[in-house]
Amino acid sequence: MSISIRVPAQLRTLTGGAGEVSVEGATVGEALKALDVAHPGFGERLFDDSGNLRRFVNVFLADEDVRFLGGLDAAVADGQTLSVVPAVAGG
Amino acid sequence: MDFVAGLRCRECGRGYPAEALHVCDFCFGPLEVTYDYERIAATVTRERIAAGPRTIWRYADLLPVADPAPVDLGAGFTPLVRADRLAAELGLGELWIKDDTANPTGSFKDRVVSVALTKARQLGFKVAACASTGNLANSVAAHAARAGMESVVLIPADLERAKVTMTTVYGGRVVAVEGTYDDVNRLCAELTSERPSWAFVNVNVRTYYAEGSKTLAFEVAEQLGWQAPDHVVVPIGSGSQLTKVAKGFEELGRVGLLDEVPSVRISGAQAAGCSPVATAFADGVDAIRPVKPATIAKSLAIGNPADGWYALDVIRRTGGSCAAVTDDEVLEGIRLLARTEGIFAETAGGVTIATLAKLAAAGVVRPDERVVALVTGHGLKTVEALTASEEPTVTIAPTLDAFDQAFDQAFDDSFAEHGRAGTGPTVATADPATAPTRNPAPRSAR
Repeated sequence: MSISIRVPAQLRTLTGGAGEVSVEGATVGEALKALDVAHPGFGERLFDDSGNLRRFVNVFLADEDVRFLGGLDAAVADGQTLSVVPAVAGG
Repeated sequence: MDFVAGLRCRECGRGYPAEALHVCDFCFGPLEVTYDYERIAATVTRERIAAGPRTIWRYADLLPVADPAPVDLGAGFTPLVRADRLAAELGLGELWIKDDTANPTGSFKDRVVSVALTKARQLGFKVAACASTGNLANSVAAHAARAGMESVVLIPADLERAKVTMTTVYGGRVVAVEGTYDDVNRLCAELTSERPSWAFVNVNVRTYYAEGSKTLAFEVAEQLGWQAPDHVVVPIGSGSQLTKVAKGFEELGRVGLLDEVPSVRISGAQAAGCSPVATAFADGVDAIRPVKPATIAKSLAIGNPADGWYALDVIRRTGGSCAAVTDDEVLEGIRLLARTEGIFAETAGGVTIATLAKLAAAGVVRPDERVVALVTGHGLKTVEALTASEEPTVTIAPTLDAFDQAFDQAFDDSFAEHGRAGTGPTVATADPATAPTRNPAPRSAR
């Protein structure tokens, strides 16, 4: 599956400035691991020591919070977009 | 000149300069403004504050931006009202309402926006933007107009009519988004990366914006004669206000405006249709599980609260509590506050009062405590929540007979003592012996 990942400004130093990159993966977790392989540094930014998404990292699949979709195990379809968004906003 | 030392990540402690930054580049944790408290303590006094304007800017020494002419519509220094009649209904002792309905655009958001746009202007931003459940939209549009800035306000499309009108009237761009507030918020968080020249007050300027809520604590303490209350009840949307109220009381002790850092219990109020923080509190867990909101309290309908975890931490650390109330209880809370104290709150205020009632009934908020409840928005903003149920007592023809008939039939028995022979002030009637006579005829004409 080819997945498009939108990267927030804070992490674009890892992608050479690109705001959107493509990776392969069948689940949200696989896609984010592939992102770390293609652009080393994402892993430690997105995941805590136990491999869970950090508390202040939100990930959206096709604009829906993945926590409503099964988290990192959520299946992704070819051509879908994942967004990595800092959680600290709003209110 | 401000006393800001810099910004620091609340999660990993990394330091950052005082620029338009809101999250840590490394762990995405929220950035917090840090101050040089020693220099503040050497400068600030109760007298210096008393000599300042009757707005939030009297506390400028404790705010993250100094400007002799801030972006200001007069936010803050709202009434702190002793609420004896409400206290009696709830079985409480000393109860106060912090009436933030009295702010320029009718909600506490004027406090945070005045700070945010003053800082944004200093940083060179020309466009003010935000994701809003309504109150923030009103305030950003108004303050941007005042400052001569452009504004772009994003709101959920199903917002209350008054909140839309109170935004569009100021002439900014209003973008209605088909989705929940959380959808709007996510969109704005992404837009911030794409349009870095815009000041999204609650995203990239959020670090400064949030500090404005500390002024609620400052005012409460000053208005109580520089004393802290025992217990404060605060509504929770994102949780930011609650955490900043706690920070405000702590700072008053740190800089010597209070003799010591006070112990203030802080309790949170949520609507049952959107209660991720109250649920985590009840379950005794740290993780805030996001929810899909379904409540009339739209200004608190944030299913994924950015500061939920910190709000929970403050509640637990201060010995407070957190509860959620149904929409019916929210409406009853609005009516109770209006009926007992003459203050008309929006739905979020109904949440606060209904939660206060619930915590009082449970013995969590106690009659021996000095209690303050924050009523953060005006009832006219959410009037449709009540219009279906609020009708005149009776509708009559404009005649005395019709009124008498209505009095007998439609006024309830508790009003009977106020009938024709009822009690009340004696109204002086003219004494015929001394009363002047109209058009007295001249004697000479007789």
